[in-house]
Amino acid sequence: MNRTDMETRIDYYPTHEHDGYRFRRGHTLPFGATIVPNGVNFSVFSSSATSCTLALFRRHEPEPFVEIDFPPEFRIGDVYSMIVFDLDYEELEYGYRFDGPFDPDAGHRFDRTKIVMDPYARVVGGRDVWREQPDWTNLYPHRSRLAFDDFDWEGDRPIETPIQDLVIYEMHVRGFTAQPLARVSAPGTFAAIREKIPYLKEIGVNCIELLPIFEFDEWENSRRHPDTGELLLNYWGYSTLGFFAPKAGYAATGRFGMQVDELKTLIKELHQNGIEVILDVVFNHTAEGDHRGPTISFRGIDNRTYYMLTPGGYYYNFSGCGNTLNCNHPVVRNMVLDCLRYWAAEYHVDGFRFDLASILGRDQNGAPLSNPPLLESLAYDPVLSKCKLIAEAWDAGGMYQVGSFPAYGRWAEWNGKYRDTIRKFIKGDLGLVGEIATRIQGSPDLYYYRGPTASINFITCHDGFTLWDLVSYNGKHNEANGEYNNDGSNDNESWNCGWEGESADPAVHALRMRQVKNALAILLLSRGVPMILMGDEIGRTQYGNNNSYCLDNEISWMDWGLENRNAELLRFTSLMVRFRRAHSTLRKNWFYEHRDRVGSGKPDISFHGTEVWRPDFSPGSRTLAFLLCGKHGEPPHGDIYVAMNTYWDGLPFRLPDAGGGNVWKVAVNTSMPSPQDIYELPDAPRLENQDEVIVGGRSVVVLVSDRA
Amino acid sequence: MTVQVSEQNNITRVALTGSLDGKTAPQVREEIRPALEKSMQVILDMSGVDYLSSAGLRLLLLAYREFTAKKGKLVLLGVSQDIQAVMSHTGFLNFFKLAATEQEALEAFK
Repeated sequence: MNRTDMETRIDYYPTHEHDGYRFRRGHTLPFGATIVPNGVNFSVFSSSATSCTLALFRRHEPEPFVEIDFPPEFRIGDVYSMIVFDLDYEELEYGYRFDGPFDPDAGHRFDRTKIVMDPYARVVGGRDVWREQPDWTNLYPHRSRLAFDDFDWEGDRPIETPIQDLVIYEMHVRGFTAQPLARVSAPGTFAAIREKIPYLKEIGVNCIELLPIFEFDEWENSRRHPDTGELLLNYWGYSTLGFFAPKAGYAATGRFGMQVDELKTLIKELHQNGIEVILDVVFNHTAEGDHRGPTISFRGIDNRTYYMLTPGGYYYNFSGCGNTLNCNHPVVRNMVLDCLRYWAAEYHVDGFRFDLASILGRDQNGAPLSNPPLLESLAYDPVLSKCKLIAEAWDAGGMYQVGSFPAYGRWAEWNGKYRDTIRKFIKGDLGLVGEIATRIQGSPDLYYYRGPTASINFITCHDGFTLWDLVSYNGKHNEANGEYNNDGSNDNESWNCGWEGESADPAVHALRMRQVKNALAILLLSRGVPMILMGDEIGRTQYGNNNSYCLDNEISWMDWGLENRNAELLRFTSLMVRFRRAHSTLRKNWFYEHRDRVGSGKPDISFHGTEVWRPDFSPGSRTLAFLLCGKHGEPPHGDIYVAMNTYWDGLPFRLPDAGGGNVWKVAVNTSMPSPQDIYELPDAPRLENQDEVIVGGRSVVVLVSDRA
Repeated sequence: MTVQVSEQNNITRVALTGSLDGKTAPQVREEIRPALEKSMQVILDMSGVDYLSSAGLRLLLLAYREFTAKKGKLVLLGVSQDIQAVMSHTGFLNFFKLAATEQEALEAFK
């Protein structure tokens, strides 16, 4: 109780009573449940309901202990609000019953028999412990709960690392430490990531991007594999129940309802270590599915407002998941804004990656908008102004906007074209050298007016093969998903290096290792923002599964045994990240200009081939070299010469002069065995023949100019 | 929840038994207040606490901060492994001085 507030406010006294519970008219805003002196303020919107009832539960009790109808005078506009006094914040669960028409043709699906969840619930109860068998007889399985919003941040705030300096690590909260070999106190949790911060620092990444952490139901569409009997779950979590609530099952303390504190503690400690946090957010659909799905929240509160509906009242399905959130409806747009502001302000989140973001640019009938108000609002929002905004610039309804996503000078994109081009080039496809030259520059063909930092460069992500599988499998092997290998992409641009799957052949293994290093080297030498998939730094395999959305097992989990077995890859990745950090020309937020801007006598970038000044852009070419003038860096550094050869045999590349009395030193040579594959810069050995370097078959060589 | 206060050699010992949560926190706050007001050295014996909720953690932190602000020394004694884990995961552990044994607690005052 806050005595001062009680004494100074003239309106915090009950005016009504029902079954011994005392209440009064509440505050219309903010939406959701807010702790106020002596009570809780409840506020919820519905434009079409005829009445609303607040249902209060004791935690885990099957039925509410009291239901209080909102008196008519408690509604202002379309918002019902009420303060209820003397509640036990920690033990309280709540929901609403809405009365209104059930008229699907007109878009209404009210159901008074259901108690629905608050869209603004900051904690959601019901799935408190990951994978704990739910009580299937529970009529109200997902309960809204209250959150304590006080937290001692000790001076922390979002880091605001310039986006061009980021190296993103995309990871799954549970998958990162679920394996026993992770050796953490609470496997699969926020707390466990905290224990692994030293590992993240060893790789050198300065940003983690978490697969969805908004409360979802891992049991949604759960089933047994028809052959193996393995339990299949919604492991990835791209199906939101509550946009304001962190996933309880990802918190070691979720069973005590302390997930808010646990996640904030993780973020605070990551920030103390210079690591940003980006959340993968799913605003394109909800967990309620189509007309056959359950009524959990939005459908029962204001179906017509929250969802895009066909003229007959069915659900548009631009998400591929049954429904589509109506995010350019002004009310829904505000909810999305409130939500992101909440995560940025209350959790100090550094940025967001928007799943199927093109949906956010559709109007209420699904038609693409030329000036989508939601995207514009996000780009200009005062709270979000320093947040990274990253779009997955396509949707399941056929919109593909890589390069054309409405950016307002703010938005970056997952560059799917970068992924596809690099994959094809690495496996030796022809006709790509010209495109490779644009991709390593940050894709000026796509982002000329936006700069290279609009391009999130990645070769692998959660969706698709891991990097190791990209060089170990020609085709997907998704049998474990129980859909007879019909799910997942068939378009992988992968090459198995001569044997499908695991191989004991040392030559195959060595080639795969080299191909993985080639990929990591090219990724970390490209302008734009590199993103590494969890485990790619140690050669994690999913045994050819390119769509592990339902697998909560070793296939999806990080294999910490590889930390030792593939220590050479970890070393390679980590030194490559450090190489990027040491060379500012690789990290600019403007494009190379192909001219000498600083009087060094060299353009900032120049392209070469096996002959100096003669890049081979012919359709049959498998070579490309480029020279970056280090004097164009801020701070300046030595020149960088990169030679890529995707031909199967070694080729001699004639070298430009290192200039100024300098010599070429070998920083990276992926055809050499570890530890000669990459050097810490002071140890880089002088290249023997300064006129020419032999670049091994399917290899990348990086030279740096340095004093003799 | 019971609160027992005793004093020996200028050291006040507050023993809590039961669950410290949203229900009991206001009562505990009232009952430990006099001890914290008059003493400068306090051992908060938590060995009888079987559950510590969010509200309980917040009460402890507020009391601790208030007490150390007036240059008092407060040590938590006998916090169970389970509760320590929760305190660690939620970031509260860093804020407190903990002692496993009586001896250790007394050392902290020297």
